[in-house]
Amino acid sequence: MADTTQGTGGLTFDKSKRSWPNELNILLALIIIIAVFEAIGQLAPYMNGQSFLFDTKDRFDSIFNEARLQIIILQVAIIGIIALGVTQVIITAGIDLSSGPLVAATAMIAMSFAQVGEVNGFPNPKALFGPWAMDLPVIVPVVIGLAFGAVIGIINGTFIAYFRIPPFIATLGMFLFCRGIALWWSGGNPVSFPTDAYAWIGSGMMPVVWFVALAIIFQLIMSYTVYGKHTYAIGSNEEAARMSGINVRRHKVLVYMIASMLAAFAGIVLSSKAVTAQAGMGEFYELFAIAMAVIGGISLQGGRGSIIGTVLGAMVLGVIRSGFTYIKLDGSYQLMAMGAIIVAAVILDQYRQRNRA
Amino acid sequence: MSDDIVLETRNLTKHYGGVQALNNANFTLRKGEHVAIMGDNGAGKSTFVRQITGVEQRTSGDIIFDGKPVHFTGPIDAREAGIEAVFQTLALADHLDVPDNLFLGREKTKFDWLGPFRLLDYKAMRNDTLAALDRTGVKIPNIKNTIERMSGGQRQCVAIARTASFASKLTIMDEPTAALGVQETAQVENIIRTLKEQGEPLILVSHNMRQVMDLVDRIVVFRRGRICADLRKEETDGNDVVAYITGAKTGKGFEDAA
Repeated sequence: MADTTQGTGGLTFDKSKRSWPNELNILLALIIIIAVFEAIGQLAPYMNGQSFLFDTKDRFDSIFNEARLQIIILQVAIIGIIALGVTQVIITAGIDLSSGPLVAATAMIAMSFAQVGEVNGFPNPKALFGPWAMDLPVIVPVVIGLAFGAVIGIINGTFIAYFRIPPFIATLGMFLFCRGIALWWSGGNPVSFPTDAYAWIGSGMMPVVWFVALAIIFQLIMSYTVYGKHTYAIGSNEEAARMSGINVRRHKVLVYMIASMLAAFAGIVLSSKAVTAQAGMGEFYELFAIAMAVIGGISLQGGRGSIIGTVLGAMVLGVIRSGFTYIKLDGSYQLMAMGAIIVAAVILDQYRQRNRA
Repeated sequence: MSDDIVLETRNLTKHYGGVQALNNANFTLRKGEHVAIMGDNGAGKSTFVRQITGVEQRTSGDIIFDGKPVHFTGPIDAREAGIEAVFQTLALADHLDVPDNLFLGREKTKFDWLGPFRLLDYKAMRNDTLAALDRTGVKIPNIKNTIERMSGGQRQCVAIARTASFASKLTIMDEPTAALGVQETAQVENIIRTLKEQGEPLILVSHNMRQVMDLVDRIVVFRRGRICADLRKEETDGNDVVAYITGAKTGKGFEDAA
């Protein structure tokens, strides 16, 4: 009898397609976008031969325009932290709309436990609580903020996993609820004057440090731990995951909890950076975080994407924002361009998936 | 009851509302035995399998597996007891590769004190996967390939290799070749032969008479929710089995199914 096990079973196996990770495409797109801005800077008459990326001053200690690079990454770092969590939620085929208002609510709550008792010798004019809540160690507001995020995430996850509320609806409800909490917490007044330790969390380039550190940690978690594997499995085929003995509901709650804790941490960093907390903070952050993930190749159908992709997606948004300012086009054009790029990213990705299948 | 019985059902019955999908099914499977379940559409074959594997809960009757009465609350229970099933829907995660799918839900890990963040032992899983594929005779060009890039036959082989790579006491396959081409079917049949050589018992639900006659020791025929015949392969042939399936004949001892 012929050895039928040798058959390839109709498989068309193309090694070149396999070895070209999605992330490289996004990196390529990023380089192209930077090159376009660079070219406009060099060639457009009104730009006077400025460079987008390179140092044009007569200095010998640097090649790149470090100030611009820092600004590019600094302005996406805080939303980027949220996007790390949203990425995990989207990989399970879910969505989290509540992160922006959660940033505001956490900023208000954490800041109110991070205030100093005296400002220039006078009692803190923005003090929300009595003296008992003044000059607390920095660990207190951070733990309270993260715990608040965890509770919100567990509520999101429980509604989604146990009560089978669609993630869009459950987190839309939480979106409004958290904005309400942010307003209610101090009656709409800003909460300001944090301790030096709290102000350090978001000072200077610290948001970038947190973003990069958390991105590395979560990339490793998603690639090398059971948590990561089950997250992909649930997004890929929830029924198969359940049949394989994965506790799908408990795992989903964990994913939403981690996502909300990351958003809460972003709220802490943002309020520290701004040295104040206001109820209107974090507007549209949830949408930009989702945009970063989508540009980064995270499929809304679940099961596909990586943290590296989201980081690159964040960089694309940062470069576009910085680039439009650089070529002196105003904010309205930025929004239009970003909208177009988000849709284009998904169209390209779908086209690529179809070709591969 | 003799010691070599792996699975026995006594008066196994399942009603869906007023529909009697399965009626007093008495079935036994012995060690190392490969048994086919045949019957027309709606005869109760899949219903029977779903009761045994815990996918559904029976209306009445007993299931005795490995010498003990069992009450599986779900497929995971059944799997933990040693029943591995390949369902018509394959239950594979499309975006994961072969080792990931083989070990899904029972990963090999390191640093278990890290709880959900314990590390995956990719190397051990890869080696075990290669060993399992070798043992079942499945050839897959690249086990790092994700399921979504595989043909139907290869997917089926992965699903079957999964059941065969864990020390199971019973393997159940529900129409494993229904959607496959000739070559892919041959590959799946080779796996079944390998299981036979290794003495692993199997229940095979199939419509394919040639396949059944090739592979199994015994054929149990279902008709309108009842078992209507229990035939040794040597004592029957295709035309005979068809006669039982269509109702032209009824086996001795199964007269109430007529």
